[in-house]
Amino acid sequence: MTPRPVDPARDPAEPALATTVTIEFEGRRYEGVRGQTVAGILLSHDVLDWRTTSVSGAGRGLFCGIGVCFDCVVSVDGVRDVRACQRRARGGELVERQHDRLPQPREER
Amino acid sequence: MDVLVIGAGPAGMAAAHAARAAGATVRVLDASDGTGGQYWRHLPASRPAARERVLHHQWDRYRRLHQSLQSDPGVTVSLEAHVWAIGQDDAGLTVHVSHGDVDGTGQRTETLRPQRLVLATGAHDRTLPVPGWTLPGVVTAGAAQALAKGERLAIGERVVVAGSGPFLLPVTASLLQAGASVVGVHEAARPRRLAREWLARPWELVGTTHKVSELAGYARHQVRSRVPYRTGSAVVRIHGEGRVEGVTVADVDDRWQPVAGTESEVSCDAVCLGHGFVPRLELAIAAGCGLTDQRFVAVDAHQRTTVAGVLAAGELTQIGGVDLALAEGEIAGWVAGGGDPSAAHLSHARRARSRFRRFADRIEAAHGIGPGWTRWLDDDTVVCRCEEVGYGTLTRVASDTSSVGLRSLKLTTRAGLGLCQGRVCGRTVETILSAASGRGSVPFADHTSTDRRPIAVPVRVGDLARPASPDVPSPSRKDPA
Amino acid sequence: MRAIVVGAGIVGAACARSLARAGVDVLVLERGAAVGGTSAACEGNLLVSDKTPGPELDLSLLAADRWATVAAELHEELGAAFPSVEYERKGGLVVSTTADGADALRAFAATQRTAGVDAQDVDTAGALALEPYLTRDVTAGVLYPQDAQVQPVTAAEALLASARHAGAIVLTETEVVGAVRSTDGRLIGVSTPAGDHGGDVVVNAAGPWAGDVARRLGVHLPVLPRRGMVLVTTRMPHRVLHKVYDADYVGATQSADADLQTSTVVESTAAGTVLIGSSRQRVGFDDRLDVEVVREIAAKSLRIFPFLTSASVLRTYGGFRPYMPDHLPLVGADPRLPGLFHVTGHEGAGIGLSVPSADLLHALVTGSAAPLDPAAFAVDRPTLAPYLEEAS
Repeated sequence: MTPRPVDPARDPAEPALATTVTIEFEGRRYEGVRGQTVAGILLSHDVLDWRTTSVSGAGRGLFCGIGVCFDCVVSVDGVRDVRACQRRARGGELVERQHDRLPQPREER
Repeated sequence: MDVLVIGAGPAGMAAAHAARAAGATVRVLDASDGTGGQYWRHLPASRPAARERVLHHQWDRYRRLHQSLQSDPGVTVSLEAHVWAIGQDDAGLTVHVSHGDVDGTGQRTETLRPQRLVLATGAHDRTLPVPGWTLPGVVTAGAAQALAKGERLAIGERVVVAGSGPFLLPVTASLLQAGASVVGVHEAARPRRLAREWLARPWELVGTTHKVSELAGYARHQVRSRVPYRTGSAVVRIHGEGRVEGVTVADVDDRWQPVAGTESEVSCDAVCLGHGFVPRLELAIAAGCGLTDQRFVAVDAHQRTTVAGVLAAGELTQIGGVDLALAEGEIAGWVAGGGDPSAAHLSHARRARSRFRRFADRIEAAHGIGPGWTRWLDDDTVVCRCEEVGYGTLTRVASDTSSVGLRSLKLTTRAGLGLCQGRVCGRTVETILSAASGRGSVPFADHTSTDRRPIAVPVRVGDLARPASPDVPSPSRKDPA
Repeated sequence: MRAIVVGAGIVGAACARSLARAGVDVLVLERGAAVGGTSAACEGNLLVSDKTPGPELDLSLLAADRWATVAAELHEELGAAFPSVEYERKGGLVVSTTADGADALRAFAATQRTAGVDAQDVDTAGALALEPYLTRDVTAGVLYPQDAQVQPVTAAEALLASARHAGAIVLTETEVVGAVRSTDGRLIGVSTPAGDHGGDVVVNAAGPWAGDVARRLGVHLPVLPRRGMVLVTTRMPHRVLHKVYDADYVGATQSADADLQTSTVVESTAAGTVLIGSSRQRVGFDDRLDVEVVREIAAKSLRIFPFLTSASVLRTYGGFRPYMPDHLPLVGADPRLPGLFHVTGHEGAGIGLSVPSADLLHALVTGSAAPLDPAAFAVDRPTLAPYLEEAS
């Protein structure tokens, strides 16, 4: 695993025990704790990209982490353009990758 | 409501508190579901930490401010409140807010006409493009901090931190505290400049010793943790198949130009980039506030902007960190709340403001971006991440169209038109296009900038279509932490 | 022959290109940045659908033909690396959502057919087949295969680049401040802060600022600005296949009403976004954001495409359409000041009409055969006369 959560038992901040929440993404279920964002949960399971760009088909995930770059947008329960780094998971969400291919023109120039 | 404060970070919280002290009623809006902004980002109420304080500086100050705002019936703090536009009409300013889960649907919208407005919208990371920077695993310095403090998540196991500015130090500390191994910190500024700016005129730093010792503490922590800190060094390429696997670092000269032959490879699984900060100006611009030549909100000695009734505090006026934000916030809030601007008790804040402004000036002088960085770009290095516009495209289109207009250049290159609306790439795109158009530092001929965003955050058509609620304060969503 | 073109928007660019390719020495004077005014705030409409039979419709039919040719010429000349003009003959679909609206729409389309427009009636099922995400409340529709779309800024820059290749010089940040006249009162040039420029003809293509330019040159021209706003969504899966309008769009363009008028216009772009318009207001040159306008545009769009309710508006832009009090474009010599020509007043149709207007201007300037009768667009047309003041 690459991004990794701090082990709560050894965390100097001593976070309280939190209830688990589970989200679904690309056919798999990912478990996190209450208070985590969708991005945080995916990252903690070493999922680094959850969006595909329109022009080059490249994978994107988290970049700015504070809600300004919009690289991390996903569909949550059918609603598009949700910043995964800002949306806290309540549990049970269906998270889907956005990959918007550019429209094909009806007539070439 | 007498005073509306937009932003509940240090500057906004200090402003709200001071406006109350001046006798005004106060409404505070923040898009997050917690107060504290970026500086005091912490675990949410659903997962509180008993010893949250060990992760922060001046935590007690935050707690006092937070408690005071929570318990005061004259203050309404609206969290998850997203200001999506500020309109101007002949009667003044209208502030348009949508309430609810970030990027949700079915949001209630609200229109406010504040008597006094304090803008404290803060700043976000500036990141220069680097070949390979769009690989998953490359994040901003602020992202590493946000994940570490907000979710107790380390962005990687072997992390490279690179960029410029003292912010790299607390980011490294947060990463170490979160259990990551930081394999190196690469500061682009060279030792001679750092010494010249930091060590000169030491008397000016009197009164900022806690700041200096804070930074020294970070540095000591790094030394103890054996984190190499290299100056005059930059990440010039990022490698990996589908995710970060390593970087190339190289020395850079005084102008930030990479020095040939000094490259070395470092394997890592995450890269944190941070080249300073950009103030979040869109609401100030929408309100009509004038900007300084350095592209911050222009304010007078009382934190008043060029628009009557609108004040600004914090990173909006200068990138200066928490102490400057608290000082400016206090002055702005007091004046906005109707307090006498010459009140004696403000003298402490005024002195702090002067001291920390000078401190901030040093940071800019020492760590400001040098012009040679574009040498580490390839033709196909993505500059606008959202629209995937490459460096070569920008220079070629500027040349092919001979354009000197930023608006036209945006529409012919698509740079800055994507989801982030130029927040990440804007300053960089302007630099590159200016150079390509031969304009140097002269503003574009259409006198616009990438900081201008009339729609400050995306809003759903359906939410726009429904009328706004009447102009009454909403019940606050208080941060129960 | 030397020509000075004032204004480097799409109309000025088209005129510059047309004249330069005919061998005229062209100097374009732009007070700001090229394509920085109205042309940078358009949707890129090349329409016949919204025009009643008459001269403007004739000009629009000419535009429909000419743009196909010009787009190909530009692509050939400038190459694939030049930003795409995104010319797409996607067709326009005008829809009504009421019974009365259906009658009015069909009647209108019938008149257009007599003028040579390809206007195909479709019923509800037909409209939904053309646009699967359309409201089920559609009562009637008319498909206009001749309607097309371009990206207005790249189109204008392409025309300008082509003009430069043909020898035109473009000076930006150069404002026309006055006229240079011969002893017998003819216009022989213009003055700018940096000096005078001479020309045999001066072409005023300054859009909504054409009245201001005219005044500086010594004549009165009643060109007025009409503000419009457009909403831009985030990129989304392609769901809007044509330009789609509410049938009340036609009424809005012809009306002189000062109050806010909105009428839904929705189209996809090659970038994957959706543009949502439209609005018309007479507020002078006030460019402050009016959120009520944004709301009204949003609300009305849902009547045509309910799926847009969850679309995210990412940005808005607004501009000023230049219109004449008699609602016809102005192309022609100014009889009050020999040497002066105007090409302006295209209201919401400037992108499309730029090319045939430039063709017309070229004919008038060089004395060659005009592609259609210029009298209807002339400065001295009877409907404009009441609004013109004498030259000073």
